[in-house]
Amino acid sequence: MDTRRLELIGIAVIAVLILVLLPLVLDIFRLNLVGKYLTYAFVAIGLVLCWGQTGILSLGQGLFFGLGGYCMAAFLKLEASSVANTKIQSTPGIPDFMDWNQLTALPFFWVPFKSLPFALVAVIAVPTLLAFILGAALFKRRVGGVYFAIITQALALVMTILIVGQQGYTGGINGITDLRTLLGWDIRTDSAKYILYFVCCVLLLGTMFMARFVLASKLGRILVATRDKEDRVRFSGYDVANYKIFVFCLASAMAGVGGAMFTLQVGFMSPSFVGIVPSIDMVIFCAVGGRNSIVGAVAGTLLVNWAKTMFSEAFPELWLFAMGGLFIAVVVAFPRGLAGIMTDQIIPRLPTKFPTWKGFGRGQPGAAPAPAE
Amino acid sequence: MSSNTDFLLALESVGVSFDGFKAVNDLNLYIDYGELRVIIGPNGAGKTTVLDLICGRTRVSEGSIRFKNQEITGCKEQEIVRRGIGRKFQTPTIYEDLTVFENLELSVPRGRNVAGALFWKRTDEIIARVREIAATIYLQEQLDRPADTLSHGQKQWLEIGMLLIQDPELLMLDEPVAGMSVSERTKTADLLKEIIKNRSVIVIEHDMKFVESIAHRVTVLHQGKVLAEGDMQSVQNNPKVKEVYLGH
Repeated sequence: MDTRRLELIGIAVIAVLILVLLPLVLDIFRLNLVGKYLTYAFVAIGLVLCWGQTGILSLGQGLFFGLGGYCMAAFLKLEASSVANTKIQSTPGIPDFMDWNQLTALPFFWVPFKSLPFALVAVIAVPTLLAFILGAALFKRRVGGVYFAIITQALALVMTILIVGQQGYTGGINGITDLRTLLGWDIRTDSAKYILYFVCCVLLLGTMFMARFVLASKLGRILVATRDKEDRVRFSGYDVANYKIFVFCLASAMAGVGGAMFTLQVGFMSPSFVGIVPSIDMVIFCAVGGRNSIVGAVAGTLLVNWAKTMFSEAFPELWLFAMGGLFIAVVVAFPRGLAGIMTDQIIPRLPTKFPTWKGFGRGQPGAAPAPAE
Repeated sequence: MSSNTDFLLALESVGVSFDGFKAVNDLNLYIDYGELRVIIGPNGAGKTTVLDLICGRTRVSEGSIRFKNQEITGCKEQEIVRRGIGRKFQTPTIYEDLTVFENLELSVPRGRNVAGALFWKRTDEIIARVREIAATIYLQEQLDRPADTLSHGQKQWLEIGMLLIQDPELLMLDEPVAGMSVSERTKTADLLKEIIKNRSVIVIEHDMKFVESIAHRVTVLHQGKVLAEGDMQSVQNNPKVKEVYLGH
């Protein structure tokens, strides 16, 4: 069966799983957790584009995830910090952490976040802009490979330090907490959590289709070509740096949307989702699922996070070892991740009588079929 | 700036040094319209470096390179390509994860910016062009094969095809027959004779039999300088050339 159709079936399986199956069998607490995992899947899809397809490993995607999340959190926090809600503060009407840090007025860069449209645009625009600046500075100078990975990782760390250090402006190590309502709608209730979960699912599916569109276009093939033979692409008359900037910006915009959905569903945003560890976690999700497969990346994210939750409930202290072991296993034993196992091992062994049924009937997220490279 | 030139490509007083080592030194080279020029020379003579300089991969330290009387030193690689210079590398440089068709399609000189690539349409015209070139390079039966499954010789042809589809005015080939079997060599010589018709070609080659079979004019490079230049006969009889290169 051709890989494009396989991929479509994979997306359908994911859609049925997250839109129908999981809401039916899970209580809202667990479903909300799945919603949180799905926000990481946005980042993983971005990594498929820029790491799997183009060969640009960014170890700082948490940075963009965090920026999207903070933009959303800024709006929610301002709405939660009305004068009526904060009248016990020495300066009512500003977020509580600012008051604790002796700020007496809202900093200028917080002011536009009073507007929801501005905040929603910023969720995508801020990560994209930063990615653009970074990409333009590095890719135009042909910085790539390990150097790029190290620089992005360092930036993620710098951002964490900045957020923690400037707690009067950012909420510091605690992050931005106590978020309550979105335009008066209480996001902490169960019904709101259901709605936000489905919004997240729809956005994720939209992101998957967008990534699919990009990969199926000639641009997608140029990305693969760049990964293989960058010089040849240049000598075919393409400005390679522009393509890298584009895909890096796109991946970062996706991460930003994921971050915003995280803030909405989890109810806070903190530097622990910005730094090195979450950034590397996201790379692992993507690697486990298969870094060349959109469906694989989503499945991998769900599976690893589900395992993390299960595992850490039973053996809290051992999870990091399990995660490390998993990553080694992926690198050594199945470099193309779950998607590779699916396309190379499972699908060829399925009975060929009902070819259209290949890939169906496997409820496990990890078993979702995967597209080609 | 030096004088105007009627040549397609003119290198004048070109030099480049790497950490003080002068790989190319005060080099003058003129390529005419429709000419097939072969550059030979011992290892380390600076042959590949000259191609690198022309196509912008290495920046010149001094001198001028003009293509159709326009200065191209300092231009980016893709700009030089768009002006009409194509470059084949020494080892086959193709996109191994893509099919032969996709390799050729990517080389069609259109839709080269990000938006153009994102909304690219595979029109009948493009398909026809790809098939035409594939037939020229003996790969019409292999269009749907992943490029990494091709033989070494086929990969070399594919890269030549990727250049042909760009329709450059100047084609630069770095050892196009290296590692090829005898029959592949013959086919490649035929291919070169075919594709030279509407353009100029610079070929770097070690294989003297092959050079004899294709060359119009031969330039011998030695230690970054032109040692001799002329038709095959006169170059072969040149005592200096015999001493540094051919005699061995």
